[in-house]
Amino acid sequence: MLSDIVETTAIDADGVRLETLPAFGRLNFRGRAGAVAAMSEAFGLALPEASCRAAIAGSRAALWLGPDEWLLLMLPTETDAVIAAAASALAGLPHSLVDISERQYALGLSGRLAATVLAGGNPLDFDLSTFPVGMCTRTIMGKAELAIWRTEPDRFHIEVWRSFAPYIRGFLREHMREFGA
Amino acid sequence: MLIIPCPHCGPRPELEFRYGGQAHIARPVDPSPLSDEEWASFLYSRDNERGIHAERWRHIHGCARFFNVVRDTTTDQILASYKTGEFRPEAV
Amino acid sequence: MPDSLAPNLSVAAVNEPFRTRSGGRIDRAKPLSFSFDGQTYSGVAGDTLASALLAHGVHLMGRSFKYHRPRGVMTAGSDEPNALVTVSRDAGRTAPNLRATQVELYEGLSAISQNRFPSLQFDVGGINDHFAALLPAGFYYKTFMWPRSFWDRVYEPVIRASAGLGKVPTAPDPDRYLQRNAHCEVLVIGAGPAGLTAALAAAESGLRVILCDEQSELGGSLLADTTSMIAGKPARVWLTETLAELATFSNVTLLPRTTGFGYYPHNHVGLVERVTDHLASPDSAQPRERMWQVRAKEVVLATGAFERPLTFPENDRPGIMLADAATTFVNRYGVKPGKRAVIAAANDSGYRAALALAEAGVEIAMIADLRRNPSGSGYDAARRAGLSIETGKTIAGTSGKMRVDGASIASVGEDGKVWNTQDIGCDLLLMAGGWTPTLHLYSQSLSKLKWDDAIQAYVPGAVAASQALRAAGAASGAYGLDAALSTGFKAGAEAAVAAGGDGVTTRVFVTISAEADASTFLGAMPHNRDANRVRAFVDFQNDSTAKDLKLAVREGFRSVEHAKRYTTTGMATDQGKTSNMPMLGVMAQAQGKTIPEIGFTTFRPPFTPTTFGNFAGAARGDLFDPIRRTAIHHWAEGQGAVFEDVGQWKRARYFPRQGEDMHAAVARECKAVRSALGIFDASTLGKIEVVGPDAAEFMNRMYINPWTKLGVGRCRYGVMLREDGFVYDDGVVGRIAEDRFHVTTTTGGAASVLNMMEDYLQTEWPGLNVWLTSATEQWAVIALQGPKAREVLAPFVEGIDLSPAAFPHMAIAEGRICGVKTRLFRVSFTGELGFEINVPPSAARRVWEALYAEGRKHSITPYGTETMHVLRAEKGFIIVGQETDGTATPDDVGLTWAIGKAKKDFVGKRSLARPGMTDPKRKQLVGLLSVDNRTVLEEGAQIVADPKQPKPMTVLGHVTSSYMSAALGHPIALALVEAGRSRMGETLQVLVPGKGSVAVKLVSPVFYDAEGASLDAV
Repeated sequence: MLSDIVETTAIDADGVRLETLPAFGRLNFRGRAGAVAAMSEAFGLALPEASCRAAIAGSRAALWLGPDEWLLLMLPTETDAVIAAAASALAGLPHSLVDISERQYALGLSGRLAATVLAGGNPLDFDLSTFPVGMCTRTIMGKAELAIWRTEPDRFHIEVWRSFAPYIRGFLREHMREFGA
Repeated sequence: MLIIPCPHCGPRPELEFRYGGQAHIARPVDPSPLSDEEWASFLYSRDNERGIHAERWRHIHGCARFFNVVRDTTTDQILASYKTGEFRPEAV
Repeated sequence: MPDSLAPNLSVAAVNEPFRTRSGGRIDRAKPLSFSFDGQTYSGVAGDTLASALLAHGVHLMGRSFKYHRPRGVMTAGSDEPNALVTVSRDAGRTAPNLRATQVELYEGLSAISQNRFPSLQFDVGGINDHFAALLPAGFYYKTFMWPRSFWDRVYEPVIRASAGLGKVPTAPDPDRYLQRNAHCEVLVIGAGPAGLTAALAAAESGLRVILCDEQSELGGSLLADTTSMIAGKPARVWLTETLAELATFSNVTLLPRTTGFGYYPHNHVGLVERVTDHLASPDSAQPRERMWQVRAKEVVLATGAFERPLTFPENDRPGIMLADAATTFVNRYGVKPGKRAVIAAANDSGYRAALALAEAGVEIAMIADLRRNPSGSGYDAARRAGLSIETGKTIAGTSGKMRVDGASIASVGEDGKVWNTQDIGCDLLLMAGGWTPTLHLYSQSLSKLKWDDAIQAYVPGAVAASQALRAAGAASGAYGLDAALSTGFKAGAEAAVAAGGDGVTTRVFVTISAEADASTFLGAMPHNRDANRVRAFVDFQNDSTAKDLKLAVREGFRSVEHAKRYTTTGMATDQGKTSNMPMLGVMAQAQGKTIPEIGFTTFRPPFTPTTFGNFAGAARGDLFDPIRRTAIHHWAEGQGAVFEDVGQWKRARYFPRQGEDMHAAVARECKAVRSALGIFDASTLGKIEVVGPDAAEFMNRMYINPWTKLGVGRCRYGVMLREDGFVYDDGVVGRIAEDRFHVTTTTGGAASVLNMMEDYLQTEWPGLNVWLTSATEQWAVIALQGPKAREVLAPFVEGIDLSPAAFPHMAIAEGRICGVKTRLFRVSFTGELGFEINVPPSAARRVWEALYAEGRKHSITPYGTETMHVLRAEKGFIIVGQETDGTATPDDVGLTWAIGKAKKDFVGKRSLARPGMTDPKRKQLVGLLSVDNRTVLEEGAQIVADPKQPKPMTVLGHVTSSYMSAALGHPIALALVEAGRSRMGETLQVLVPGKGSVAVKLVSPVFYDAEGASLDAV
């Protein structure tokens, strides 16, 4: 359970809220052009080709993390079916598909001060013109790596490796304290 | 802290990167026939430029790709950034 | 702003004899009480510590560093070299070396002076002042050279005890510090008239603008300007309206109390905002300070100018201050810095100060102008006001001890001849030496400064490549209010355009204000006294004098950088703000050169002293570094485990029972594993999934082992080298499918191994169809080790036949355990029958507890890393980083067997053939047994043949691992020893510092069950 290593209760402050998002199925997909097309087919969602962009369809999302790397998010119950569908759709096409559902978990940071709180430990420019809705990227927060995906102007989906979660949560909470957390 | 242009992700803060040493030092396809001197040179000899220097960086906390940068080590001005496997731009 | 013009005779004002009756930006209706050196004083809201003390006539605020001379406040701002104080809320909230001129007063503030004992009035260290002739420039270098033996016992302790300014707090700092990254198109540093108009111009472009200023209020020189008119309004009204206008822009961030302290590459600028220092009762939710890490497309430096002191004999007595500082104290703080003033002027600011003081009721004894024919609007106004003005005058000296009480004013001829000295009584002596543009940040950016002969100052030169900045107003050498407003707006507009903005309008600011004046005097002022006896201070904080600098020049220190270090001029906490130009002036004078000929010193961050907390930010306590815990951590904690740090991970080291020390616990845990069953959390092992049609080929290239023929469902112990041939990492690798390997790495090597693999894959072999994914945290790993392992495990496993024939040693299979997916390895790092059960972390604790409950019937024993180390050492298994140190080859540590002999190449292979790598005298892994059969050796201890040989001894090797073996009943050790494998059976000596040596016998590194019988225990 997540609570084995990290508290999961939401943290509220004036203008910003940090919460633990529900469990996701996660696959790390790697491959070249032909395999990408086949994977898009199998996943039911075109994997974005533009760098640092995410695509969503229904319960699924594909996040571009590198020129041959995507993080696929889905319901936990869908993971095995997607793996199976990919196995047949991608037969003979060099690629890598690895289940990382449990490697990381998701935090949600929302509110008008969400970007300000992120700026406490992250050097990216969260202005909507430079970090628009739909942008996603691996980056750094304090001394830990994480991936940040802007799903709405004031809402961020954060992916963090499991053992770094308490640190990231604590780091964000520290930067929420002046807003009443 | 530098701003480093990643050929895949665009300009990003140095914190997301890891330095990778001098660029364009290819590992010999077959090291076995190399003399000890040649092999030692491949292993250990690196330029220490005061000025224009082609070097590798990895966008390790980003797209995770290695790539090349041409940087003036005296001013930190970055003159070019290009993907691994591409040639150093002639202008720099 | 409180700017009451009506006389306000509050209690505070009555008690503050030097407070003016009206005026200033203070609130006389809000009295505050504070203490300085234990004595209670009153002040009012809007005061600084310095202005409040001056309101009581207190000038003496510190002692100088070297001579302990009494010193008073000299400036009104961040350039203050003298009035350094320690402000303390409690033992942890104690900040030394604060400038009293920047400390905002709050109710109950407690400050003490520094560098004095026992008191500021009577200071024992002041004796140094009487021996000044014995403490010349370079005194330390010249004196503390011999005898050599005096260094440790005499010189260093004495120097250390008297060195340093202020005292370190005695308790941890309980305050919080935060950082914030900020991005803007235009950053304006300095919110005086130039900064304000720069921000206005940039704001109108719609771009993001940050305007910061180190003072408590934005406004800069306008805060003390009671005479100028801007756009038909008094300056203070214009200021209020301009700040209100800026506040209407949603794209503008205004940051008072925020110092730009450092300018770094690519327009990265560090600001520190003092959030709570001015508050009597700070809210603990607020950080004390916030470091803004600003990335600006364009920067405008509107940092103004510092006034230059004049270098005349005894120019350092309390009551001697800069002219503009006096203007500020009167006009902004409503404080008269004295009753009777003499003004030493080389610039019109002296006249302006005289006018401001006179209006406040201070008697102007004389304005002594060094110039023969002064001019300027201040001069004209002073003449009209009938103030006593004398021209062609120098200051030949001053008198007074704790406070100046007189100045010796003498005539000076064009030839420099001085005569006709006249002593004039005064309690205030002002210095108007001209102006120095504040270009610390400009210089920090590596942009060039150039000498401007017209204003006798360095001004902005070529901008450094990769930086984008410009200066405006006095910082750019454009003096005067008119120029500040116009060059500021222009710079702001240009910065906005350069940052991609448009639509900038022009604005004209019509002012009625003082004429700009760039007059100055640099160098020691002429006097008619014995040059060997008088001291004219150049660096007030570090006590370096014109005489010191001249001595340095005579001794051959021609370079300004050398003379600076030799005399320590400009090296104090004020970073030469007031001393830099006077130093250049004196040195140029002494060498008969011009200032640009003698060069310039480099400014370095920070602009003003900056707290460590500011740099640490949130990185302290639990947030200092990520603390990584496994899914089993809390269970282990519940069992009383003692943890150790392995990289960022917390790992259970041992599980002591009541009354057990580590040795007893480890002995019990070891026995349990060898006799029945142990359970171990191996979750921190690095895991990399190598997937793709070329996976085996990639593994062949990365590891020394052969992989092509490893069957699916089988494992192999893999060893990885660096290209230089030395062991880099090791771990068990399982083949899950033809195109899928589950690679394990050491706990500490997980990230660096993946980085090295990616390096080769991306840059050397981009054509290989293989990809790498970290799976370290996808799987928790439960190691079940001991003769009963299979029996306890079997009931929970579905889909895998655990029988020895179907699932032999070094097998791997996928299946289910307790209903969840597992990758089950049959591997052993203990020598016993063993399994490593990979399960999803979310289910790991449930699986662990199920196995633990089932294992209770066999006294299952949780064990930690210490026991793991002992058990593997008994088997002679190495630990990378313990037996290896980055200089061990596979052969050195007995791993030649693992090399795929048929492979043409792998990373590091060519290096193994270099001559030094095959030398039979290389250190090789051996086992050691203490001859006395009971001494546990020190890890790291040196091994020699003869401990009685003369030093330096010939060292043959060192102990790498050493433990008491419970299974064997005696100590065991592993060691690297020169040609060790050829020395089997020999006796060598392990040195024990201070106790001689221990005789050891060299044996095989495999101590326990060399045949491997235990692996297949049934």
